[in-house]
Amino acid sequence: MSKVIKIKKGLDIKLVGEAEKVVVELPVGERYAISPLGFEGVVPKLLVAEGDKVLAGSALFYDKAHPEVMFTSPVSGTVSAIRRGEKRKLLAIEVTADAQQSYKPFNINLSKISREELVAVLLESGLWASIIQRPYGIIADAKDAPKAIFVSGFDSAPLAPDMNVALKDDVEALKAGFAALKVLCPNVHLGLRAGEQSILEGIEGVEKHYFKGVHPAGNVGVQIHHIDPINKGEKVWTVGIQNVAIIGRLVLGGKVDMTKTYAVCGSQVAHPQYVKAMVGASLVQVLMPCRIKPQSGGSKFRLIEGNVLTGKKATANDYMGLYSSQVTVIPEGGELELIGWLAPRLHKLSVSRTYFSWLMPKKQYNLSTGLNGGERPFVVTGLYEKYLPMDIYPMYLFKAIMAGDIEKMENLGIYEIVEEDVALCEFVDPSKQNLQALVRDGINLMIKEM
Amino acid sequence: MKQNNNTPLPKRLLDKFAPTFSEGGKLPWLHSFYEAMETFFYVPTDVTKKGSHVRDCNDMKRTMFMVIIALIPTILFGMWNIGFQRIDGADFTIWQNFWFGFWKMLPSILVTYVVSLSIECAFAQIRKEEVNEGFFVSGILIPLIIPIGTPLWMTALATAFAVVIGKEIFGGTGMNIFNPALLARMFIFFSYTSSISGEAVWFADARTGATPLGELANTGTTSVSMLDAFVGTIPGSIGETSTLCILLGAIVLLATGTASWRTMLSVFVGGLVMGGIFNLVAPAEPQTATEVYMSLPAWQHLLLGGFAFGAVFMATDPVTSAQTNTGKYIVGFMIGALAILVRVFNTGYPEGMMLAIIFMNALAPVVDHYVVQANVARRNRRAKKAQTIKA
Repeated sequence: MSKVIKIKKGLDIKLVGEAEKVVVELPVGERYAISPLGFEGVVPKLLVAEGDKVLAGSALFYDKAHPEVMFTSPVSGTVSAIRRGEKRKLLAIEVTADAQQSYKPFNINLSKISREELVAVLLESGLWASIIQRPYGIIADAKDAPKAIFVSGFDSAPLAPDMNVALKDDVEALKAGFAALKVLCPNVHLGLRAGEQSILEGIEGVEKHYFKGVHPAGNVGVQIHHIDPINKGEKVWTVGIQNVAIIGRLVLGGKVDMTKTYAVCGSQVAHPQYVKAMVGASLVQVLMPCRIKPQSGGSKFRLIEGNVLTGKKATANDYMGLYSSQVTVIPEGGELELIGWLAPRLHKLSVSRTYFSWLMPKKQYNLSTGLNGGERPFVVTGLYEKYLPMDIYPMYLFKAIMAGDIEKMENLGIYEIVEEDVALCEFVDPSKQNLQALVRDGINLMIKEM
Repeated sequence: MKQNNNTPLPKRLLDKFAPTFSEGGKLPWLHSFYEAMETFFYVPTDVTKKGSHVRDCNDMKRTMFMVIIALIPTILFGMWNIGFQRIDGADFTIWQNFWFGFWKMLPSILVTYVVSLSIECAFAQIRKEEVNEGFFVSGILIPLIIPIGTPLWMTALATAFAVVIGKEIFGGTGMNIFNPALLARMFIFFSYTSSISGEAVWFADARTGATPLGELANTGTTSVSMLDAFVGTIPGSIGETSTLCILLGAIVLLATGTASWRTMLSVFVGGLVMGGIFNLVAPAEPQTATEVYMSLPAWQHLLLGGFAFGAVFMATDPVTSAQTNTGKYIVGFMIGALAILVRVFNTGYPEGMMLAIIFMNALAPVVDHYVVQANVARRNRRAKKAQTIKA
């Protein structure tokens, strides 16, 4: 085993409602939908109309700025609705699934295929969208040749799925997926958790790196920083481990099969467990086998597509996007708390020693969505640094973003981070600032100006 | 929020008066004050809208309140010491001395709080922000570091100066360059030197005498023992005399992680190193006041004057101190060293701590700049190296 990289800065947020290691397989549901909003920076151009017949893998829309990047239907069926919001903004394309699924055929023979041909197939099949470029955290540009491709083999976020459970039937697909990535870029890195018997050990031809320590050890951005940091002018690509399996299935079976295994978790889920469903499935469908706990008088819960740190607030009628691998349900906050800032708050989590969480390192918390305070300017110092395991001065970077100073942002390391990397800083911030949104604003400014 | 019989009384009262202070009510210009009261009693019921769905339960109120808790031993001891330092203070009981000091100090605490809260509220109202909790701490720090005999109008003026010029014109809490409480003290010392200098100011009655530092400068010796100086039964500003109580506060601040141990430790190290250097070069038979100070054992410097109080409560202000960890070591060390340097060479003005902290407040951004620049240079070197490998 090669050198183990230790991540000391960070925090494992221990929550109640961890998914039991049982996988429930869902039958094909009635309705699926793809939302362009789930893809960062994409301006959608529709390719279908209501009533059109589509196959699994048929394009539904493309990106205006990159017309070669297709976004495809996860199922075969009929386009039943095109949802639009204000100013006719495209919200979602709904497809009513056929009882019998049929797939658009793709042909990949990895031993013969050239890189160009593979890129073309990935673009057409809609799976190109699973390749994310750093810097910026946007869909990769097919014309680029990246320095390397990074895949994190584990997820360290709160209540995140255990990839050994989620991917246990996908070992062959993963092998094929990594082989395909190697055609795109010979330099493929895989981050694994040290001391864990991972099913990914069997993957060959990639450079494996072992990480030990607390969240965000599983964040690919943190792994990149410790393996081969991104410099100005460089581009690397990242792919979610479950999406590598989807690419692998395309290679093996010649069809788009966007099945993912989601951890359905959180304190408000009655039977937290793993659910195998297709990308585009509605949250109702995914939550069905797990059930939400009955809520007592007037209390509310929040559905999150993703984990509590970086996920999207969702409704039951929303659909699972391409990048998420869990659904979390936690209580909505907002309860009255008399002089709460003075109370011991034993049921709440804090990294501050003015509370008592540090005495109970193993306690699992049932955290709600309460902000626990009012928004304030930056006051405390030296705190964010402890939750971003990179050689970056987060507060200076945040201030550079606020000032819109491109050169400073570049100098202070904006290329190395995306939203998820500062999620913990946002969690611990006593000034309650929205740091993830701030980072995205900064990145968007960089994209606009560069 | 819907009301029912289970709604607790403070909430019912707050809700009752909410319309009065809202837009269209009778007192909309006091909205920021109302909001400050509301959030004092009830944590805002806001839920997360963007980003992380769950948040740490720590907030600025808690953080600032920890400083107040850390100050309690100092405040209580200081009140007692006001009474004890009366000419016949030793004839009274502990309680009598405490009450005497309590009533002497209460007016200046009230004045600083009323002045600073009003200004904070006014600026919060103009900026449409919530009232920041910073005044909570500055408001108690100011009475602790100015002489007890300071006239209230002077206290009020100094507080207003500190809050407006020291804080609000820079953009409010978090943006200020100088420690507001120290600025208030500096304002009094430089604007009203004639009316409050002299030795009587340190006492609450007609007794005259000098602080140990003043005594050292004038006579070459001091009558106080180092044990007295540690416990704090000596004349001086209310907050600064008891090194023991200040250390208790330091324990609270460090155990809760509220203040930076890097800053605090390096201030003391800086003071010891500078004091030690002077000890080495001091003549065997000190003649001038400077030479007397030079030969004062380094550790005794830390017990006298405002050194300990400044190190624990002033130098560690997160906003005006260095913001990088490396910077904290440098700035802290410089504060400690400069404080002793001023003491030794400017014997007409024996209290160097205030000047050292204010001076390093101004330099902290520069120190931080170079620390951050080193990080930038590291990043650029890495990029260059990557390019040469490629080429």
